[in-house]
Amino acid sequence: MSQSLGVEPSLPIRCIALVGNPNCGKTALFNLLTGARQKVANYAGVTVERKVGLVHLHNGQTVSVVDLPGAYSLSAATPDEQVTLEVIEGRRAGEDTPDAIVAVVDATNLRMNLRLVLELKRLGRPLLVAVNMADVARAQGLKIDLARLAIELGLPVVETVAIKHNGHAQLLAQLEQHLAQPWPSAPASAASASSTDLQREVRRILALVAPLAPTLGRFQYRLDAVVMHPVWGLVVLAAVLFLIFQAVFSWANWPMDAIKGAMAAVGDWILAHMASGPLRSLLVDGVVAGVGGVLVFMPQILILFFFILLLEDSGYLPRAAFLLDNLMGKVGLSGRAFIPLLSSFACAIPGIMATRTIANWKDRLATIMVAPLMTCSARLPVYALLIGAFVPERRLGGLSLRGLTLFGLYVAGVVSAMGVAWVFKRVWMKDGYQPLMLELPPYRRPSVRNLAQGLWERAHIFLRRVGGIIFALMVVLWFLSTYPAPPAGWDAAQGPAIQYSFAGMMGHALQWVFAPIGFNWQISIALVPGMAAREVVVGALGTVYALSGADASVADALSPVIAQGWSLATAYALLAWFVFAPQCLSTLAVVRRETNSWRYPLFMTVYLFVLAYAAAFATYRITLWLGG
Amino acid sequence: MLLSQLPNGAHAVVQRVLPSSADVGAATLRRLGELGFIAGEPVQVLRRGPGGREPLAVQVGETLFALRLLEAQCIEVQAIDVCVN
Repeated sequence: MSQSLGVEPSLPIRCIALVGNPNCGKTALFNLLTGARQKVANYAGVTVERKVGLVHLHNGQTVSVVDLPGAYSLSAATPDEQVTLEVIEGRRAGEDTPDAIVAVVDATNLRMNLRLVLELKRLGRPLLVAVNMADVARAQGLKIDLARLAIELGLPVVETVAIKHNGHAQLLAQLEQHLAQPWPSAPASAASASSTDLQREVRRILALVAPLAPTLGRFQYRLDAVVMHPVWGLVVLAAVLFLIFQAVFSWANWPMDAIKGAMAAVGDWILAHMASGPLRSLLVDGVVAGVGGVLVFMPQILILFFFILLLEDSGYLPRAAFLLDNLMGKVGLSGRAFIPLLSSFACAIPGIMATRTIANWKDRLATIMVAPLMTCSARLPVYALLIGAFVPERRLGGLSLRGLTLFGLYVAGVVSAMGVAWVFKRVWMKDGYQPLMLELPPYRRPSVRNLAQGLWERAHIFLRRVGGIIFALMVVLWFLSTYPAPPAGWDAAQGPAIQYSFAGMMGHALQWVFAPIGFNWQISIALVPGMAAREVVVGALGTVYALSGADASVADALSPVIAQGWSLATAYALLAWFVFAPQCLSTLAVVRRETNSWRYPLFMTVYLFVLAYAAAFATYRITLWLGG
Repeated sequence: MLLSQLPNGAHAVVQRVLPSSADVGAATLRRLGELGFIAGEPVQVLRRGPGGREPLAVQVGETLFALRLLEAQCIEVQAIDVCVN
C-alpha cells in the first residue's frame, strides 16, 4: 500500500515507536505486540513514561517497540508529552532514534487524531498509520475507506483492534514486509503548520474517506445526563464510593477467615512438629505471626482494586473529575490533579508519577505534596486491624458501622489534603488560574481480560512485597525482639522477655516521643520497620505481641489481643496517625526523583510528621477527655 | 459571542481563539487549538458542573472536553440554530 514519495536511502528497521493522541489505545496495542502487561485504562495520561518491548515476527526476527505517552500535538505542553517529543526526535540521551514511527489513531475520532498524523508526516520520517479501535468504529456504523486514506495521506495504513487476540495481524505483515527496506518517508518540511492549516487538510481528507461523521451513541449522552448531572452526578459518585468501602468489609470476610485459618494451622503444625528452640520461634513468632498478619489483608486490597480498575476502564474517572473540579479549583488545585490523586489511593508512587500530565510546575508540586494524604492501600491493613478490634460489628440503618468508619478515615485523608493544598497555594506559591482542558472519553465496557490481568498483577505485587521486603523485615525484627535474651533467673512474673531485647530497649527509648500521643512501647517498635512499608506495622505488631505474650500462638488472633490491651484512645490516636503516616521511604525516593531535589521530600516528611503527631495528640487527648 | 456565554445544549461554530485575560498564557491558547478549538469546527456546550458555572462539558468535533470558565472565555463562537428536520 505504500506510496512512492521522495525516496531517501533507508535503514533496516530495528526499532519502532508508537505515537498517538492520548487514550487512542497505544498501550493496548503495545501489550498485544509485545506480550507485555502495561497498565491500560480509559482516560488520557495512563502512560507517563516510555516503555520498551520486543515484537517477534513470524519470520523469527525481532523489532523493539517503544510505547510513548499520548500527545495532542508535537509542541509538548506537559512533562509526559515532552518525553514523546524527545524520543521521536532522537534527542533523548542514551536512546536510539526510532527507525520508524507507527502513528496510532482512534478510528472513532479521526477528526482529532489525523491532525497529529499530519504533523508527524512533516517530520519526514518513515511513518505508518494504524487505525485502531476499528471494531468500535464499525459498531457505530462508521465506514472508513482505508485505501483512500492511504492515498490521501500518502502513507501506508493498516487496521488494528488492540483488544482482539490477533487484531495486529495487518501491522505485523507490514512490519515483516518492510523490515529490510522501510516504506519511504515523505520529505520533511521545516515550517511548522498551524492547527488551522492542519484541520483544513483533515476536513478535506475526511470528506473523501469517511463522509459520514460518527455520532456518539445516544446511550453515551443519556448516561452523561445522569452521571454528570449537578445533583444526581454527585449522588452517584457518593454511592459508588460508599459501595466500595462497604464491599471491602462485607465481601472479604470468608477469604480472610480462610487465610487466618490456614495461618493458624501452619503455626500449630510447626509447634507440634518441631522441638522448641530459636528456629521454631523464628518460624512461628517471626514468619507466621508477622507475614501471615499482613497476608490476611490481601482479599480487602484486591476488592478495592477491583473497583478502582472497573472505574478506570469504564471512563467514569474523568467524569468524577468534572464533578469535583469546582472543589479542586477552590483549594487551588488543577482539575487534572484528580486522576493522580485517585491513583494515590492505590499507592502514592504511581500517583506522583501521574502528575506528569499536569503542565504547570507549581500545580504539579502542590499535587505531589498532597498525594501521600490519599489513603494508600498499604494503610488498609492497619485500618482494618484497628477497626476490626475496636469498632463493634453493628449496622447503622442498613450500613455496617465498620464500613462507615473506614469511609470516614478515607474522607479525613481527602479533607486534610484539600486543607494542605489550600494552605500551600495561599502561603507558599501564589498562583492564579489553573487550566483544566480534560478529555472526557466515551464510556467503554470494562474488559474482563484487563480486569483479571490488573487484579493478578496486584496480587502478584502484594505477594512479592510480602515475600520480599516484609518477610525480610520480619526476620530482622524477630532477631531484634529476641536477643539479647533475658538474664538468667528471669521468670514471666518480671514482665515479658522482649523487654530485655534490642527492640524492647528501642521501644522504651521511643516512648519519650510517643507516650504523649498514647502509643505504648509495642506500637513504638512497630512504627520503625513501618517506615519501609506501612503494612509492615501490622506484621510487626504480630511479632512483637507473639514474643511478649505468654501464649505463643497469637498469629491468628492479634485483633483480640490489642482489643484487650489498648485503650480506645490509643487505637483512635493510631488511626489518626495513619491518616497522615509520614513514613514510606519509597514514596520519598520517588518525590526526590520527580522533583530533582531533596528539598521537597524533606519538607514532605517534616510536614506529614508534624500533622500526624498533632492529629494523634488531639485524638488521644479528646478521646481520653470524653472517657475513652 | 463567547463559548462561555452559550446556554447548555446550544450548538455553535468556532470563530477564533483569543486571550480572555492576562492569566491565560500563549501555551493555553495553543493547546486549545491543538485540542480542536479551531475556526470552523462545530462545538456544543453539553452541560455545566455543579453550581451551574464551571466547568463546562464541551463537545468539539467528536471529542468531549471539560473546560474551566477562563478557557471557555477564550473561544469566540457563532451560535447556530439547529433545524430538526
